[in-house]
Amino acid sequence: MSTTQEWPLYEIFIRSKNGLEHRHVGSLHATDAQMAIENARDVYTRREEGVSIWVVPSAEITATQSDEAGEIFQPAADKVYRHPTFYELPIELKHI
Amino acid sequence: MGDQIQLEELFQQRIDAGGKIEPKDWMPEKYRKTHIRQISQHAHSEIVGMLPEGNWITRAPSLRRKVGLLAKVQDEAGHGLYLYSAAETLGISRDEMFDQLHTGKAKYSSIFNYPTLSWADIGTIGWLVDGAAIINQVMLTRTSFGPYARAMVRICKEESFHQRQGYEIMLGLAQGTPEQKAMAQDALNRFWWPSLMMFGPRDEDSPNTELSVKWKIKRKTNDELRQQFIDITVPQAEYLGLTIPDPDLKWNDERGHYDFGEIDWDEFWTVVKGNGPCNTERLKARVDAWEEGAWVREAALAYSEKQVIKKNQKAKLAS
Amino acid sequence: MSLRTYILSLSDNAMILGHRLSELCGHGPTLETDIALTNISLDFFGQVRSYLQYLASIDGDQVTEDTLAFLRTEREHHNCILLEQPNVDFAHIIMRQYLFDVFQLLQLEQQMLSTDETIAAIAAKAIKEARYHQRFSESWVLRLGDGTEVSHTKMQTALDTLYPFVHELFTQNDWEKELVEQGIASDVKGFESRYYDTVFQTLKSANLSKDDIINRYAQGKNGIHTEHLGYILTELQYMQRAYPNMQW
Repeated sequence: MSTTQEWPLYEIFIRSKNGLEHRHVGSLHATDAQMAIENARDVYTRREEGVSIWVVPSAEITATQSDEAGEIFQPAADKVYRHPTFYELPIELKHI
Repeated sequence: MGDQIQLEELFQQRIDAGGKIEPKDWMPEKYRKTHIRQISQHAHSEIVGMLPEGNWITRAPSLRRKVGLLAKVQDEAGHGLYLYSAAETLGISRDEMFDQLHTGKAKYSSIFNYPTLSWADIGTIGWLVDGAAIINQVMLTRTSFGPYARAMVRICKEESFHQRQGYEIMLGLAQGTPEQKAMAQDALNRFWWPSLMMFGPRDEDSPNTELSVKWKIKRKTNDELRQQFIDITVPQAEYLGLTIPDPDLKWNDERGHYDFGEIDWDEFWTVVKGNGPCNTERLKARVDAWEEGAWVREAALAYSEKQVIKKNQKAKLAS
Repeated sequence: MSLRTYILSLSDNAMILGHRLSELCGHGPTLETDIALTNISLDFFGQVRSYLQYLASIDGDQVTEDTLAFLRTEREHHNCILLEQPNVDFAHIIMRQYLFDVFQLLQLEQQMLSTDETIAAIAAKAIKEARYHQRFSESWVLRLGDGTEVSHTKMQTALDTLYPFVHELFTQNDWEKELVEQGIASDVKGFESRYYDTVFQTLKSANLSKDDIINRYAQGKNGIHTEHLGYILTELQYMQRAYPNMQW
């Protein structure tokens, strides 16, 4: 087993072109944010896949846990009145 | 205990319905372990796979071939990285996976334990080995574990050029001088059977297949995939005017497939067990790179830590 | 004739360093660094192809980028000998890279103004690559120079070994002077002091110190090399020499 501590993991987000949002593309290891950006450039944009890169230390991401998914997400399931199809209008109406 | 069974049932229902499993979702321990093993072996194969082809980068016969090969071998490093990332979401570190590779605990594809003895081997690897890998990988883009499937989508997109590059090299040789054609035939002779072995043991000798099918790591069995590969590849060899080194290879009208000769499974197990022609060299190359890089990794980390301390001290002084 | 030698010298710098970096593919200290160094190698081979395709168009006849790249003897290579120095360890690789990157960036800035349109165009494309190379190698010089004691010692050793070759980058042969006067070649003397300013600044930040020793035998530009080049060419040219006149 290697005695050296492992380089921290960073999550990489790339905007493929202006007008689109940054999207998560994967992760990589780097010693700091600057190196993470450079590594991301070499690893994830070899084929002109990006115009902008975000890097975030994986350890800094706070995520929902799967065992709380029920209480967090399911209450939205029966709120059908948030969707346009809930409201009944005559079909001959246009542009609404 | 009842809870456990119910969870497993729900889990399987989700997969059966075509749903994906994400890292933080509940999963049976066996699912996690199998995926760590499968994804890390796949990653190791990419990394070790750089070596036989990397052999010929400095000797590539033209500048066009050189940049093509460099970019291809580099892609393999990238693909290894994507796969290690996918495995890391399951709670294993890349260092641990490297350690398993370096100590011989983890396996990688046996095909990379064969030597590359001529330039034609580079063409043959691209054509046959990447060809065989693609069949597997396309199937894996629809596997149940989200990060693995996403890595495979990316990899398949990038690898589409690898097999074309290999076949183009073969085409050049097959249409070249008699010497070049002989070089191509020799490479095919050496790589044909090992390529067929890439699909793994026969179905009756493959204990993991059932679970793999259940979790959609596999949608077809080893033998089905092997047959698919042969059916695709034979016409490609004919187009090159090369002879596949199997006297029993024959189209079977009834089956709608090619019949083929018996694979030397003794050789397969010999190489899997570590006694192939280049097992020792391949592993040594990886271990050397890792050990020689230790001081670099350590120094980069120490430098970043120093920068953080400096920054904090500055902030303290300013306040 | 002097234009020909000049293009070869530009191309050979890129080719020999690109070759050295390509030897590392698959053997880097981390996957990320492996990929980064291969990118740099690919940039150099891209430059080589641009230069040699240009030269092939001047030479005409049966000359191609490949006959130029693979069929010259040691004495017909015009790279500075810094670039053929071996990959002793990662410290040597980074130091060699940095010492050249700063030079190449300044050289390309000048070459963008060349009266030779092709040389100017190649420079305009390569300069973006060179900026990134310098950013990469400089950050690594700092990391390793100011990292751990071990890395510092290794970087100092690399600097001691490689620094004596730096002065050759700024030598000017007669053929080069002639081209400078014609506005074709960049005048290395014009940016020599900027080079040393930049390099000293970085070395200082990295806690590294240099001796002013020069290697007076460094005459790669004139085709006189170290023993290393012969071995590079043996590998590089193997296929073209063993199987002459074939298409690949």
